[in-house]
Amino acid sequence: MIAIIDYGIGNLFSLKSSFSRIGEQAVVTSDESVIKKADRIILPGVGAFEDAARKLRESGLDKVVLSEVQDGKALMGICLGMQMLFDKSYEYGEHKGLGLIKGEVVAMSGNIPSELKIPHMGWNKLDFVGEKDELFKYVNEGDFVYFVHSYYATGCDEALIATAEYGKPITAAVRQGNVWGCQFHPEKSGKVGLGILKAFCEI
Amino acid sequence: MIAKRIIPCLDVRNGRVVKGVNFEGLSDVSSPVSLAEYYSECGADELVFYDITASFEGRALFTDILRETASKVFIPLTVGGGINTIDDFDRVLKCGADKVSVNSGAIRNPDLIGEAAKKYGDQCVVLSVDIKRVDGVFRVFAKGGRENTGMEAISWIKRCVANGAGEVVVNSIDTDGVKKGFDIEMLDAVCEAVSVPVIASGGAGCIDDFVTLFNTLPKVDAGLAASIFHFGEVSINELKSTLAAKNINVRL
Repeated sequence: MIAIIDYGIGNLFSLKSSFSRIGEQAVVTSDESVIKKADRIILPGVGAFEDAARKLRESGLDKVVLSEVQDGKALMGICLGMQMLFDKSYEYGEHKGLGLIKGEVVAMSGNIPSELKIPHMGWNKLDFVGEKDELFKYVNEGDFVYFVHSYYATGCDEALIATAEYGKPITAAVRQGNVWGCQFHPEKSGKVGLGILKAFCEI
Repeated sequence: MIAKRIIPCLDVRNGRVVKGVNFEGLSDVSSPVSLAEYYSECGADELVFYDITASFEGRALFTDILRETASKVFIPLTVGGGINTIDDFDRVLKCGADKVSVNSGAIRNPDLIGEAAKKYGDQCVVLSVDIKRVDGVFRVFAKGGRENTGMEAISWIKRCVANGAGEVVVNSIDTDGVKKGFDIEMLDAVCEAVSVPVIASGGAGCIDDFVTLFNTLPKVDAGLAASIFHFGEVSINELKSTLAAKNINVRL
């Protein structure tokens, strides 16, 4: 069973449906006991970093997630949920993240050529970094996935497993031990995205 | 880099797709869910569901259909038609829509875009504009293109983008249904005016029209069409492989 963490942010309907589509049971939950029973955890997220990080903290679910990860459970952060895995974000100020992966989240504005539109929104190609990660078992380099974001993670060092070219290589996916993060939306990336979720469920 | 998007638009009334559809291998041609799945399989990059229902019952059917589609089709879904309030945004987003397109609703209530962008983010709010030349000036039309609002289109679009519209769909009434190609002049004027993604709509009759669109206006992000896809005059598969062969960046 997959626990999709519900901390009062965004719409989790598509995410839940995408797991049903690949034959996995997924529960949208804020219940600690359900999260503890789950085999894997998804940390979703849309909107602004500060608001989301505060809601996660106030719900107390940040501690639950951290302790489950410490016990070796697989976690995947998606979009803003991925950005929250890092040490900190500079989205409207400076905000602390979960600190599970080294790196920080910065604005695209000023860091990519000015003629490129922000948000980075639409289908872009995945470029693998280093050896192909097991998350991409069903995916080929150059496959397209769907992005919507205005901030991106930098300084991820060896945790970086995929980038997408948008004026420069933008962090698309990261992995540190049993923690994964996707900047793109696998639940909106057609067959490629479902393949990534399937691989995560098989890890 | 971001791929150019090809977007089929489905008009839905009382839970069924309006406009005849005829595809081999598709048993229920007026089921929005089957058609959405079919287009997604063919390589559509995004789908637009346009609710042309007037009745309350029809609206409830529409959200049922939307929910079912979102549980089976895993590409971005944009919903338009009958979006007049923040509650309307909420209603369709809960059913799995990713973006919401406003047209007359924004004309009636100029604060709608700003409020929605603040609540759901700019990326969620799409401005759709019906534009027609009147005495050489681009004018915004309301009520499905029947009523001249008198507003100049480019300044209207700029204002909506400043308020938070994250994307603009430009429907040229002048080229719509003519099938002689997109309205390059109008689209160029919009692309020069705003820096958010611009979606071309109205006028596509064949694959070459899309090639001309993306080659002439590299700033245009997507091409939207309805009947040419529904009637099978243009197959999305073939369209995208032709675009790729012409070195236009598309998702294959």
